[in-house]
Amino acid sequence: MLEIISERFVYIPIIILMMTGLYVVISTGNLVKRMVGLSLFQTSVCLMYIAVAKVFGGTPPILPEAHGDTASDGSDHSGGADHTVVQTDHGSQIVEMASDHGADSGHGTEAVSHVADAAHAALYSNPLPHVLILTAIVVGVATLAVGLALVVRIREAYGTIEDDALNAADYSVETGGTE
Amino acid sequence: MIDLIASLTPDAIVRHAPVLIVALPLILAPIAAIIPSGRAAWSISLIAALFVGWMALILFGQVAEHGVIEYAMGGWQAPLGIVYRVDALNLQVLALIGTIGLLCVFYALPTVSDEIDGKQQPLFYSAFLICFAGLLGVTITGDAFNVFVFVEISSLATYALIAMGAGKDRRALTASYNYLVLGTIGATFFVIGVGFLYMATGTLNMADMASILAENGHNRVTQAAFAFIVVGLGLKAAMFPLHVWLPNAYATAPSFVTAFLASTATKVAFYALIRFIYGVYHPEGAGFVMMAFTWVFAVVGVIGMLFASLQAVFQTDPRRLLAYSSVAQVGYMMLGLGLGNVAGLAAALLHLVNHAIMKGTLFMALGAFGLKFGIRRISDLNGLGRTMPAAAIAFTVAGISLVGVPLTIGFTSKWYLILAVLERGWWWAVAAVIISSLLALAYIARMLAAIWMEEAPKRDGKPVQSTRAPWMVLAPMSLLAFANVYFFFNADPLVSLAQRAAAAVMVGH
Repeated sequence: MLEIISERFVYIPIIILMMTGLYVVISTGNLVKRMVGLSLFQTSVCLMYIAVAKVFGGTPPILPEAHGDTASDGSDHSGGADHTVVQTDHGSQIVEMASDHGADSGHGTEAVSHVADAAHAALYSNPLPHVLILTAIVVGVATLAVGLALVVRIREAYGTIEDDALNAADYSVETGGTE
Repeated sequence: MIDLIASLTPDAIVRHAPVLIVALPLILAPIAAIIPSGRAAWSISLIAALFVGWMALILFGQVAEHGVIEYAMGGWQAPLGIVYRVDALNLQVLALIGTIGLLCVFYALPTVSDEIDGKQQPLFYSAFLICFAGLLGVTITGDAFNVFVFVEISSLATYALIAMGAGKDRRALTASYNYLVLGTIGATFFVIGVGFLYMATGTLNMADMASILAENGHNRVTQAAFAFIVVGLGLKAAMFPLHVWLPNAYATAPSFVTAFLASTATKVAFYALIRFIYGVYHPEGAGFVMMAFTWVFAVVGVIGMLFASLQAVFQTDPRRLLAYSSVAQVGYMMLGLGLGNVAGLAAALLHLVNHAIMKGTLFMALGAFGLKFGIRRISDLNGLGRTMPAAAIAFTVAGISLVGVPLTIGFTSKWYLILAVLERGWWWAVAAVIISSLLALAYIARMLAAIWMEEAPKRDGKPVQSTRAPWMVLAPMSLLAFANVYFFFNADPLVSLAQRAAAAVMVGH
């Protein structure tokens, strides 16, 4: 049980955030607070995508400059794939070593990081979810902007942003109408 | 005719038609926004709608010739890049959006200049174009995350469009706000589902997802993804328990927006649902999908059609009434989908198109009444049969079509639905369809009685002279009303389109 939880630890704060956001949306009567809850809910989903993208020991997905030459020839692609898997195992070890001895500012570290550079080529975080989430963040900002603009207009029209008062105002329009 | 149009079209446009159909409205939207005159912005919308119709015709010809068209964005091929994919299923929906969009743009000019403040008109048309492009994008894309982006593009524009009704009715603001909150929750649920699918398959291309899922089988992650996607898209499609945003939004939005959204937006969300269920999950190979068919779609669909029809009977505002009726009609489509056979899916798709035609006519006619008289309750319709006969006849034709009386397309789609239900032997569902139709008769009859039986409206003690809505309102409305009858006698084009679409998604199952 403990093992299951510790393996999936990253999802626990995400779920807590998600549920908090959803609960705020449902429970509050204040339209601005509801937008806050909605933003929290959306952001927690962004976190979920980012958590998925994490590769242990992986670096940011940027190819080193020297790597471009070797990648571009790509003469034996299928053979290269097998080779990368082997490198991946070494890569994570090397990265661990590099971080352990990171404080040593000797030529030894330099050598390690040089080897690590080559290995990094195969071991990096998955960039796709990051790109997706960039789009999702833009969508979230746009939603927040439209929502808050509507709240401003609602306040101009009704003089309140509390849900109960809004319902009461509309109800009085419907019952005390033109007839 | 399609061949002729295709032969006159430059080769480059034909080749890039799948992307141009989405890109052009999107590019024209900011241009419409910066133009100071409402009429000029309208002409830009008209150009966009005509162009979309033209592209839809070209795609029609291409699909008839090649079967399935794939367009790789920027030359990046399928699993890596974003692919736009047109087959018989989304071709039908594209044709529907294109046609309804074009008719609605004609309808827009007189009603929008009546309802929207002059300075806001360019922005209004700009929001419409964005919504239009978003709906087309959802329909045409073959990439799961791209669906989310386009859903949000169209939804955000829709919130703004609905809120524009505030000039006449301030409740449009709260309706739009509530739709925004629920719509965003729906879209976020959908994107959680897509995220789970991505975790399970490592790809975002729907066809690729399908083949990987077929190979690896399903697990808890893909089941959770299914639940999230169904709830998320169901919210957008106003499936029964998730429909609470719809009646207020339709009742308060500008009449052009209601006519356009009622016949496209929920339909597109429903299409996306079908696409995910059949294009990504293989229902036969996954027990939980078959279970969802029976218990989520069929049973809830039946409850929805009865409950929403009953609610419609007790409404006083005609547009709210029709909005509840829309929820009930989504119930028919869900039932068709829930049958899980080709005939059921074809019936659902046929009803999708037919309902768009009926509701388009009804909301357009209500808008035409609204141009001359304020329509807030059913008694406001009193005697309009004498005052505005053309709009009243269109309303009547579409109304009896909604009930499902023979000689109208409403009968055609209910006929095919009942045949499909009988194939499964679900007598209770047949009973529910008939009861729901009787309830539809009850609420339509209330409005028709007010229109034809009551005295003509009076102003200063004298009956109002009979008036006519502008031809730009009458023409699209009459055309749609005519379609309500024409496609009963010549049912083959729509029926074969729906059957081809259903067969296309069922291929390989």
